[in-house]
Amino acid sequence: MSEKVFTSCTVGGPISVYVKDGKIVRVRPLVVDENDLKPWTIEAKGKKFSPPKQVKTAPFTMTERMKVNSEERIKYPMKRIDFDPKSKDRRTENRGKSGYVRISWDEALDIVAGEIKRIRETYGPEALTGITSSHHNWGTVGYKLGPFMRFMHCLGFTFIFDNPDSWEGFHWGSIHTWGFFWRLGCPEPYDLLEDTLKNAEMVVYWSNDPFATWGTYSGGESQIWRIWTREAGIKQVFIDPFCNYTAAVIGDKWFAPKVGTDSAMALAIAYVWLKDDSYDKKYIDTHTIGFDQFKQYVLGKEDGIPKTPQWAEKICGVPARKITSLAKEWASKRTVLSCGVRGGFGGAMRLAYGHEWSRIMVFLQAMQGLGKPGVSMWGGSMGAPHNTDFYFPGYADADGKLFCTNAADKKIPNPVDQRLYRLLFPDAILNPPIEWRGEGFCGQSIEQQLKPYKYPLPGKSEVKMFYRYGSSFIGTMTETNRWVMAYQSPKLEFVVNQDCWWGGETKFADIILPACTNLERDDIAEFSNAGGYSAHGGSGCNYRIIVREQKCIEPLYESKTDYGIFTLLSERLGVKEDFTDGGKTEMDWVKRYFEISSLPKHISWEEFNKKGYYVVPLPENYKSTPALRWFYEGRACDTPDYLNPKRNTEKAHELGTYSGKIEFVSQSLTKHLPDDKERPPMPRYIPSWEGPDSPLAKKYPLQLMSPHPRYSFHTHYDTHSPWLCEIPGHRIFKNGYYYQTVRVHPSDAEPRGINEGDIIKLYNDRGAVLGVVHITERVKPGVVHSYCSSIRYDPLEPGKPYSIDKAGCVNMLSSARMLSKNAPGMAPNSCLIEIEKWEV
Amino acid sequence: MPKKYGLVVDITKCNGCYNCFLACRDEYCGNDYPGYSAAQPYSGHFWMRIIEKERGQYPKVKVAYTAIPCMQCEKPTCIDAASNKAVYKRPDGIVIIDPEKAVGQKEIVSACPYRVIYWNEEKNLPQKCTFCAHLLDQGWKVPRCVEACPTGALVFGDLNDPNSEISKIMANAKVEVLHPEYGLEPKVHYIGLPKRFIAGEVVFKDKKDECAEGVKVTLTGNGTTKTVNTDNYGDFEFEGLEADKDYAVVLEHKGYATKKIKVKTKIDVYLGEIVLSKAIAKRS
Repeated sequence: MSEKVFTSCTVGGPISVYVKDGKIVRVRPLVVDENDLKPWTIEAKGKKFSPPKQVKTAPFTMTERMKVNSEERIKYPMKRIDFDPKSKDRRTENRGKSGYVRISWDEALDIVAGEIKRIRETYGPEALTGITSSHHNWGTVGYKLGPFMRFMHCLGFTFIFDNPDSWEGFHWGSIHTWGFFWRLGCPEPYDLLEDTLKNAEMVVYWSNDPFATWGTYSGGESQIWRIWTREAGIKQVFIDPFCNYTAAVIGDKWFAPKVGTDSAMALAIAYVWLKDDSYDKKYIDTHTIGFDQFKQYVLGKEDGIPKTPQWAEKICGVPARKITSLAKEWASKRTVLSCGVRGGFGGAMRLAYGHEWSRIMVFLQAMQGLGKPGVSMWGGSMGAPHNTDFYFPGYADADGKLFCTNAADKKIPNPVDQRLYRLLFPDAILNPPIEWRGEGFCGQSIEQQLKPYKYPLPGKSEVKMFYRYGSSFIGTMTETNRWVMAYQSPKLEFVVNQDCWWGGETKFADIILPACTNLERDDIAEFSNAGGYSAHGGSGCNYRIIVREQKCIEPLYESKTDYGIFTLLSERLGVKEDFTDGGKTEMDWVKRYFEISSLPKHISWEEFNKKGYYVVPLPENYKSTPALRWFYEGRACDTPDYLNPKRNTEKAHELGTYSGKIEFVSQSLTKHLPDDKERPPMPRYIPSWEGPDSPLAKKYPLQLMSPHPRYSFHTHYDTHSPWLCEIPGHRIFKNGYYYQTVRVHPSDAEPRGINEGDIIKLYNDRGAVLGVVHITERVKPGVVHSYCSSIRYDPLEPGKPYSIDKAGCVNMLSSARMLSKNAPGMAPNSCLIEIEKWEV
Repeated sequence: MPKKYGLVVDITKCNGCYNCFLACRDEYCGNDYPGYSAAQPYSGHFWMRIIEKERGQYPKVKVAYTAIPCMQCEKPTCIDAASNKAVYKRPDGIVIIDPEKAVGQKEIVSACPYRVIYWNEEKNLPQKCTFCAHLLDQGWKVPRCVEACPTGALVFGDLNDPNSEISKIMANAKVEVLHPEYGLEPKVHYIGLPKRFIAGEVVFKDKKDECAEGVKVTLTGNGTTKTVNTDNYGDFEFEGLEADKDYAVVLEHKGYATKKIKVKTKIDVYLGEIVLSKAIAKRS
C-alpha cells in the first residue's frame, strides 16, 4: 500500500505524519520546502547568527504516534456500573471506585442530553457547569475553546474562571507595577533575541529553565539561542533551588536560595546598588514613581531592618559575599533579567506572596534602566524577528474562540451570570458559599482582578451537573484530594468526562465519552501562536508557520471529533442550528478561518489545503523594535503589541499603570486595597506561611518544589507516551510500574536510610504520594524536587480520599491556600513535606 | 571517492532533550525495514542511548549528556562474531546486522564492547542503530536523530568529502572517540567528552563578607601545571582533567598564608570553601 504524508501541529510544533494502510508509521518535524524558509541573520559581537533551515519540535512531539495509539485511549462510550440515571440515588460515593460498562453512542448521548434537560428544567441553567483542561491538542476549530465552549454557550452555564496557573505572581503582582495587564503581567518580548545578542553582557535566569519549558508552544526552536548566547560571550547566571536543565549545561554560575526566599535576595541586591550608588537615578526620576519609599524600606528606615546581604543570607542561605558580588557584576554589566518563559513566569511566583517577588523583579531592572539596550526582561524563548503584520488568530484571541469569532455568522453569548473559580471548585461543592476576587485571566484592565465575586448568586441554583472535558486537575491544581471529595458529593448529580485518554479524573465520571485527537480530524492553526495574552508567542519560533491540520487517519475505536459529539448532543437538545452556525461542518469552519486570516492574500485555499502549510515571510525591510526601548527613550510605543490600549493614543509613551510609569508604590493598589498587608501597595519580603522558617518545618522539614515538567506538557503525553517513561528524568520503572522521579539531596537521603532507586513516600497532612528517588547534587539540601502534572492518579485504595497515590500526583501535597488574601493564585511551591522509604 | 558516513556528537551543545532518542524510537518501533532492520520493540531498546552524567557537588554541579548510537566501527568486532555473514559493512561504512541472517546469533550482542547492540527477545535477533541507512538510500541527507536535534549537537555527513560540515568540524575541533584503546576506529566522534574538574571557592578568613577575587590558584600534577585567578565570586575551576590522577592545588595571595591541597580526580571534585588566613609576620 502506498504511503501518504499529512501535515498537522502539536503543542510542541508542526509535524509531517506518514500513514500507511490507515496507520501512522512515522512522525517528523514538519518537512518544509527549503525554498519556503528564508532564515534571518543577526549580526552581533562580530558573529553572525542564523537559524537552521528546519523545524525543531519538542521531545514529546516525537512521541505523537505513541500518544495517538496509546493503550490508555478511551475507546468506547462508558457508563459507571452502578450509575442509574433513572434512580434518585446516584451512588456518587462510588465515583473513583466503581468500574465501567461499554454502552452505545446512542445510549450515552441520550443519557447526557437527558440529564442536561432534566437539570436545566429542575434547577435552571446555572446548575450546569463545565470546564476544559488545556492543550491536549493543537488547533482552532477543535481546540478546547472551540466546540466545547460554543456548545456550553448555546445552553448557558455557570462558567468557571481558570486561575492563570502559570502567570500567578506576575498577574496578581506586576500588573500593579508596570501594567501589561493585557499580557497578564508579563512583558512584551519583541526583538529581544537580537537586543540580547548585540547588547547584553550577562543574563540572569531567575527561576527560569528554558531548556525545560520549550518556549511554551515553540518546541525546540529557541534551544539554539542559548548556544548563541554563549558564543556571543554573554555570561549566563542561574538563581533556582534546583540546578535546572539549562543551568546544568550552560550555566556559568548557579545560586540556590531556599524556596520562597527569592525576594529577600533581590532586596539585598537593591541594597548594594543603593549603597554603591550604582543604579540609574535619572531613569528612576523620569520613569518611575514611589522610589523613595522603596529606598527607605530597603535601607531599613521603615522597619529598622536594613535589607543587607547579611540579612538576606540568614533568610535565603546564599552567602552575603556572593549576593554582593552578583549585585556588583549586575550593575557593571548590561544585564538581561530572565524570569520564566514569558519573561514573567517561574516557580518563584507560584508560592506564598509570589506577587512580591514578581514586583521586585521589575524594580531591579527599573533600577538598571529597563528598556536600555541590553537591559531587558526577557524569558529567552520569544522575541525572534517576526512578521506581525500578517493576521492569523490564536486561541486566546476573540477570533480564536468558536462562540465569539468573526469566522461565525452568529456569536453566542453566555446568558448565565453566575461564575465559579477553578481553584475553589471543590470548596464550592463541599462548602458553599464562596467568595473570591477577579476573573482569573484578567486581561481587560487592572481593575478586573479586583472585582469581588460570590457563589452561588442570590436566588440561583448551585451547580448540579459537571461537564468535564479533560482530566488534568488532580495532577495540576493544589491540595487535590479536595477534588476527589468534591467528585463524590451527592450535590453533583451527574458528571460527564469527555477526553481522548483515561486520566486522573476520568474515573470519577458517570458517563465517559471518547473523543479523538487532532490527527484524526481536520483543523487549521499556527505554530506556537496563542494570541491574546500571549500575543506573538510565535516569535518563539525561527519561522512563522500556519498549518492546515489534515485528518491523517480515521478516528480510532469508537472515538468521535469533539465537534461531532457536540453536534449530536445539540441536535438532541434543540440547539443544533446555533451550535453549527447554520449547519457548518468542521471543514467549513477551517475554510472560514482561512478566509478571515491574511492567508488568502498570499496563497489560494486549494494550494494551502494541499500543501498543508504556509510560511509567513519576514518583510524585506524588517525593522527591529526592541521591547520597551520606546519607554526608555520616552517615545510613543512602536512595538506591534496590539492589545496595549494606550498604543496609538496620546498616551502611547506610557506604560499601562495608572501613572504610566513603573510604580514602586502601586497607585492601583493604593486606590483599591490600601490596607492589604499581604499585598501592600509597595511589595516587601513577607516570610512564607509554609516555608523553611515556619513552625510546620519541625514536623515536615523538607521543601517540595514541583515545577512544570520537562519531558511532558502539562499532564499530556506522560504515560500516554510510554517512551517518555524510559527517560530517567521523567519516570523510573520499578516493580512493574513507572513511578514519578523524585530528586533528593544525599544529605537528606542518607539520614533517612534512603538509597538511589528506592520507592519513597512523600507526605504531609494533606496527602501522600509515592515516587522513585534519584539522589542528586542538583537540589539544594532540604529541597525535594518532583515535577507536577502526573496524568495518572492511582490511589492504593480507589475511591478513598487521602489514599496514597502511586502515580505521583504531588499536587495532592500542596496547599490550597492562595498567594494572598486578595490574590487568588495557586502557591504549590510553598509546601513542606517529609519523605520515608516505602516498604512494599 | 565513495561516501563514508560519520557522526560528530558535540556534548557542549547537548542539553539532554532526548529528541534524538525519541525520533529513533518513532522510526523503528513497530516498523520493519526489510534488508536493513526488523522492528524495534516498543520498550527496552536504546539504539540512541543517552548517558546522563551529573558532575560535582552542591553548589558546583554540571550535567553532561553523552549520546551513544552504534559507533559504526571501521573494524567492527560484531562482524567477526557473526556467522553466515550476518553482519557486514557497506561501502559507505555503515555496519548492518542482517535482520534475517542474524536470527538466533546472541553472541553478536556480547561482541560489542560499546554495548550498543540489543537483543530482541521476541524476534530472537540482535539489533542496533543503522544510521537510518534505509532513509539515506532513499535520498535523505541525515538520520532521524540528527534531524530532530534542536541545537546542532549532532552533525552527520560524509567524512570523505573535505567540504562537508562534518569534515570541517573534524578538522577544526578537538574530537575524540569513546574508548580509543579498543582500536575499532569508530566513526562516531565526540567534542567535549566529560573529563574531571577540580573547583572551589576561596574565602579570606578576615573578610568573609567579601568574595576573594584574584587569588592565584595553581594546579600541578599528571605532568601539567595550570594557573588561574579566582573570579569575582572567589571561585576557581580547572576543567578537562584526567580521571584518577593525583593533583595538588596551591592557593596564594599576598598577605595570606599559602595553602596546598592534594586532590585525586576519582570523581569531579568541588573543594567547597577554602579559607585563607592572614600570614603570620616573621619575627625579625
